[in-house]
Amino acid sequence: MRIRRAVILGIGGVAGAAAFALGLGGWRTRNRSQSGADLLPLPFADMSFSLTDQRGNMVRPEDWIGRPTMVFFGFTWCPDVCPTTLSDISGWLEELGTDADRLNVAMITVDPERDTTEVLGDYLSHFDPRIIGLTGTLEEIERAASGFRARFEKLARDDDYTMNHTAGVFLFRSDGGFASIIDYHEDRRFAVPKIRRAIG
Amino acid sequence: MKITVFTALILTLASPTLACETVTSGEMTIENAWSRATIGANRPAVFYVAITNAGSSGDALIGIATPAASMPMLHQTVVTEDIASMPHAMSIPIAAGQSVQLAPGGYHGMLMGLTEALKVGDNFPMTLTFQNAGDITINVEVLSIRAEGPDCESDGQ
Repeated sequence: MRIRRAVILGIGGVAGAAAFALGLGGWRTRNRSQSGADLLPLPFADMSFSLTDQRGNMVRPEDWIGRPTMVFFGFTWCPDVCPTTLSDISGWLEELGTDADRLNVAMITVDPERDTTEVLGDYLSHFDPRIIGLTGTLEEIERAASGFRARFEKLARDDDYTMNHTAGVFLFRSDGGFASIIDYHEDRRFAVPKIRRAIG
Repeated sequence: MKITVFTALILTLASPTLACETVTSGEMTIENAWSRATIGANRPAVFYVAITNAGSSGDALIGIATPAASMPMLHQTVVTEDIASMPHAMSIPIAAGQSVQLAPGGYHGMLMGLTEALKVGDNFPMTLTFQNAGDITINVEVLSIRAEGPDCESDGQ
């Protein structure tokens, strides 16, 4: 019992510190003024990055032109959002059946420090095999995020760190143009029709 | 502690659908306790549960403890302007007559410092500490890393 009390008190202290850090940190980019058009992800033809998938293949945005594409940002040390998103996507791909074979599906890690190609391969082996995991240098991942107008931030916590990141799933048409986003909290019933529209 | 683990093992043998067990203590009912299998012991695990307060006064979940992890914490996934973050939850209010779900995409327990990797079919005890109702312990079933919840007949979700 005494141990448990200590743990609870510890949590309180840590939570207070985290709340303080969150309050101070805020989102540096939040107040940056952006016109409406700037908020949309660029077409793949205008993006520029070079990442590596879990099988060691180099992937560039232009490689995705010609097939509809689904991309999201995440990291494998996250216990809640990422397994949930990967389960959702695996479910959508199953529901799409053979149509899903025409899709490029990629998770771009926002945590290249821990998510090496090997770690991504191990993690993704538990989900639909059509999902590829991309990692690379922090600089290349930042270039990718800026093309998608996505954001991520490393947050120190409890001798460790966590990542805040854009949670939606991006859909692109086969011509490489941005189609739509499936929001994290969007009703899952709308996801598959949205993907079908992007597939065209 | 050894006795608790031993009891948990006995329960595993007796019931293949632990995630569907319901524990009631006073006005508080705890059910659908589950977790996802982890790859190794370095990544944090997750803890989900449904809590119902049938009483006439509010209560709050203020802490969790388990022999399965040295640093269990209450977190909440918050998506603001499409950015997912995972702030600590100091306490999770359980209003009178209300149910609260710790579920994917919202409140959850984050289990750091795992004693060992969680495998499908494992189970471990979790003690929930409430401000008023005190401690209540439930067995948590480890489901697949792809699971979105247990299949219970009287699913509260």
